[in-house]
Amino acid sequence: MSRVGEALAGLDALELRASADGSAQALDARAKVGVTLLFTVAVASFPAGAVSPLLPFVAFPAALAAAGRVPFREVARRLLLALPFVLLVALPAPFLDRTPLPGALPGVTAGWATFVSVLLRFALTASAALALVATTGLIGVAAALGALGVPRPLVTQVVLLSRSLSVLGAEAERMERARDLRSSGRRGRELKRAGSFLGTLLLRSWERAERIHRALLARGFTGSFPAPRPGRMGGREALFVLGWCGAFVLFRLADVPSLLGRLLVGGLG
Amino acid sequence: MLESFGVRMHLADALVSPGVGGAFWAVTAASTAVSSRAVARRAEAGATPLMGMAGAFVFAAQMVNFAIPGTGSSGHLGGGLLLAVLLGPDAAIVVMASVLLVQALFFADGGLLAFGCNVFNLGLLPAFVAYPFVFRPLAGPAPGPRRLLLASVAAAVVGLELGALGVACQALLSAVTPLPPRAFLLALLPVHVPIGVVEGVVTAAVLTFVRRARPGLLSSDGGRPGAVETGRRASDRPVVAGLLLLAVLAAGVLSLVASKRPDGLEWSVARAARGTPAAEHGPDGWLAALQKRLAILPDYELPASAGGGGTPLAGLAGAAVTLALVAGAATLLRRRGARRAGPP
Repeated sequence: MSRVGEALAGLDALELRASADGSAQALDARAKVGVTLLFTVAVASFPAGAVSPLLPFVAFPAALAAAGRVPFREVARRLLLALPFVLLVALPAPFLDRTPLPGALPGVTAGWATFVSVLLRFALTASAALALVATTGLIGVAAALGALGVPRPLVTQVVLLSRSLSVLGAEAERMERARDLRSSGRRGRELKRAGSFLGTLLLRSWERAERIHRALLARGFTGSFPAPRPGRMGGREALFVLGWCGAFVLFRLADVPSLLGRLLVGGLG
Repeated sequence: MLESFGVRMHLADALVSPGVGGAFWAVTAASTAVSSRAVARRAEAGATPLMGMAGAFVFAAQMVNFAIPGTGSSGHLGGGLLLAVLLGPDAAIVVMASVLLVQALFFADGGLLAFGCNVFNLGLLPAFVAYPFVFRPLAGPAPGPRRLLLASVAAAVVGLELGALGVACQALLSAVTPLPPRAFLLALLPVHVPIGVVEGVVTAAVLTFVRRARPGLLSSDGGRPGAVETGRRASDRPVVAGLLLLAVLAAGVLSLVASKRPDGLEWSVARAARGTPAAEHGPDGWLAALQKRLAILPDYELPASAGGGGTPLAGLAGAAVTLALVAGAATLLRRRGARRAGPP
């Protein structure tokens, strides 16, 4: 499958999950988006090199994914695909900062702590975003962002984009497959062919957009969509928001794994 | 190498501090709001569905690879400049923001906190700096193919270099991981020259092709590229330039302030713990104070409290217990969810 095809299949898979039946899917989108944003800020607010106090935060993406029945393997696969740039930026840390950490295992330097911390932050924030979209869907996230103050044209644009992606993605995939079938090896993939390939794709999308616009106008389109599905902020949402906010504050202020470890080891010794 | 750099230039949440992320969120929110208003004004002109398709086009075009002559590697279109030329800078920002949101949510490419940074680097800089100040003056009113190529390459290189500089500054200011500024810039900036050249060549090739295939679409309205270009009056331009300058300044100052001061939460905690003796300041100090106050086991003498950071054994055991608890809870939740939803 081509990369366009893979990306589209991935998009569809997550969107399908969002429309499935699950307790996380049933929650109002605004609550989920708000809590995910708070989660991201809380994780990012730790000083460089924090590892153990970050661990309890795994609870949020894990709970959201579990309640939404999103397979962990799927989330992990997507994380791996996006890893290289983060890895590239984090990799120098162990070589630059060789200060030994007090009270750590021998050989563990502050640089290694930073390295692990960055990877952990990445896994936490990216898996939370994935779990959010897999339980809410792109349109749900867009609507929630609109309710949280994001300008209306941007929300409309996201809705339109989510509708256009599959249409145009399929077109691009067909064109790419046709090109690859016509050309053996690298012929046809040269840079000088980019103009005609992408130009054709652009013209086709333009024409489609014009047709869609005429069809929309014929049905009384005025430039923006009615706000998608208002949703309801009820008791479950309040519990969700308050519970997680409380948990984030606790995790941020107290190093839970250290406390647990001291209790456990102290209790044994 | 080119490829991995080209695709993954999106700053991840893992590399951004709340101060830097928040500052750029504010900057991008302000400029997106202004651009959105401009876009809404001409929504009746049929631009809206076109923008949806343009976003999908950029998304798809980014995934079609082309062989770069002489290098054995492949490159692809970024699209920021092309969008600005096709739709005008205002619509380009809105389209780019929507594409970046999809990439952040579905592909872990970028992130929610880093969203502002990424819209700034990949949308604002090409559309509001490279396009008006490099592309437009160089291309002139009715550019021939060569002139179009020159303008596109120059604008793309400027746009991408600025974007790379933006990534570098945001990562350095966030200081989540130690990076030697000189070496980091030396690694990041030169790599983006060839990427910019490819971007410019592809942009020019697409524009030339489209102009030949459908002459009415581009450069027919007064010889200027941009079929649905904003009807913006010339007098608006200083306003935009001023706003952008202000934005950059605000971002710079805010993030400097944010990185020099401890982050808000730490700062407020430190202030709250002012009553405690001097030795009890710092994360370990207030942790100890909090442990005392929370008092899970009030008279419990923490065996590692003398060592400062705790023994490795306690740390590992704690981490293991935390993760086991999380895993147990997640499994329970999943079972409950499965029962509720019935057999899959």
